Amino acid sequence: MATTATPAGGSRNGTGPEWGGFEENIQGGGSAVIDMENMDDTSGSSFEDMGELHQRLREEEVDADAAAAEEEDGEFLGMKGFKGQLSRQVADQMWQAGKRQASRAFSLYANIDILRPYFDVEPAQVRSRLLESMIPIKMVNFPQKIAGELYGPLMLVFTLVAILLHGMKTSDTIIREGTLMGTAIGTCFGYWLGVSSFIYFLAYLCNAQITMLQMLALLGYGLFGHCIVLLVTYNIHLHALFYLFWLLVGGLSTLRMVAVLVSRTVGPTQRLLLCGTLAALHMLFLLYLHFAYHKVVEGILDTLEGPNIPPMQRVPRDIPAVLPDVRPPARMLNTTVKAVEVILQSH
Amino acid sequence: MAEAAESPGDPRTTSPRPLFAGLSEISISQDIPVEGEITIPMRSRIRELDSSTLNESVQNTIMRDLKAVGKKFMHVLYPRKSNTLLRDWDLWGPLVLCVTLALMLQRGSADNENDGGPQFAEVFVIIWFGAVTITLNSKLLGGNISFFQSLCVLGYCILPLTVALLVCRLVLLAKPGPINFIVRLFVVIVMFAWSIVASTAFLADSQPPNRKALAIYPVFLFYFVISWMILTFTP
Repeated sequence: MATTATPAGGSRNGTGPEWGGFEENIQGGGSAVIDMENMDDTSGSSFEDMGELHQRLREEEVDADAAAAEEEDGEFLGMKGFKGQLSRQVADQMWQAGKRQASRAFSLYANIDILRPYFDVEPAQVRSRLLESMIPIKMVNFPQKIAGELYGPLMLVFTLVAILLHGMKTSDTIIREGTLMGTAIGTCFGYWLGVSSFIYFLAYLCNAQITMLQMLALLGYGLFGHCIVLLVTYNIHLHALFYLFWLLVGGLSTLRMVAVLVSRTVGPTQRLLLCGTLAALHMLFLLYLHFAYHKVVEGILDTLEGPNIPPMQRVPRDIPAVLPDVRPPARMLNTTVKAVEVILQSH
Repeated sequence: MAEAAESPGDPRTTSPRPLFAGLSEISISQDIPVEGEITIPMRSRIRELDSSTLNESVQNTIMRDLKAVGKKFMHVLYPRKSNTLLRDWDLWGPLVLCVTLALMLQRGSADNENDGGPQFAEVFVIIWFGAVTITLNSKLLGGNISFFQSLCVLGYCILPLTVALLVCRLVLLAKPGPINFIVRLFVVIVMFAWSIVASTAFLADSQPPNRKALAIYPVFLFYFVISWMILTFTP
């Protein structure tokens, strides 16, 4: 409001250029009032830590100056404290320079702000996008729309990590879950970021109209199918069921991604290259997640409990031909349950 | 102009204007009771605080901090919508809980020589980086909570899971079997639900009302992973 500005403007004219730095001090004095209000309010502003630091430093500066001034004479400010004012100007300018450097260092916060628009979603939108990721759309003549958000894909990657960990559920077979956890996180994030970058690079070669953000979002939502398949097949261990789900659910989400890419690429060779690569990588990743983790767990189990348990029952499930002695119902059981059986029998 | 001065709610119409005018013309020797009123109480209060906390005995300082931490533990165990964890946040409680959890989830050196060290580091890193990720997510979704406040709440709400771990260790001293596992599963599930309810009670208010579910879901995943680590622990 212009009316509240005029006193400051009037004083600025009155003080003159040599008091310019001092003027900033007064502006800082105004901000000292604001910082105090923030400290009392603790409204949760994320600048309150900076504000607190600023306030503390300002008060130390004010304290030092006040102490110096009080030593000379009782008056805190005024024409008599000329030397005090000058030293305070210098201190204040040094403080401003330091603050500028600290703000530049704190630009990490500004970098986080760059990501803010990608997290601007509503729960209903996330839900609808999850469902749409399983429905391929056949429109290939016009570029299909891809939602450029990162919340859904990020949460799906974390969910996939959690499901992978849940896949080793009984404690008897988990020996080094710390290492398994690091591997799970590395695998899921590595797949999401690495394959997105690789397909983006291929898309650049094939002149496809897709940005990195859109590729990340597309592949992230494609992991929803993986989450469903793994959640089901880690609880019901039937090989036929897994292959069925792999084809159906994995296939649907792959088809959806392929349709989107086809709609954004021109030329049959380019389309084949791009979509073939994506389909192969996506389906093979699901196969890998189902089989490789069990092998890791069983490999560790072998080395630790080798002498007590006959090796026939330790054969991994994914090589059915090597299971001659196991009873057919046992093939459907999780290896962990078999381990529990064996341990109970040995007591 | 009088309205502008009155808008902060000050009924006096004449005194605020000279105050503001005095603040900016302070270098021209005017009487400056304003600055004195504004800065000196703060200064003297700060001086008072400094001297009081510097000169008190170490026991007083430690007991005050311990009482603050204990009070927050009580708030977590009986979650009500309150501002205590948010207003006076501190990271002592989360650190203590995280170190306790990481120490107890360590394997003994009987299994493997290399499993003692990395186990501690894995738990530590997972808890702190999980909390940082959830905080960043809630800030990006538009929540108005500060970084450390959120870390404080998430750390303190690990307390029920630490209790679950202690109970699981006691239960594991009995003979192993499926009943053992079911008891532990039940305890961990109950404590997991308690953690989520506690953290929701504190964190939900800082989110925009239509996005609470989006902010709570990663908290659910975070405590799920910690519960899984606790449930699958065998000494």
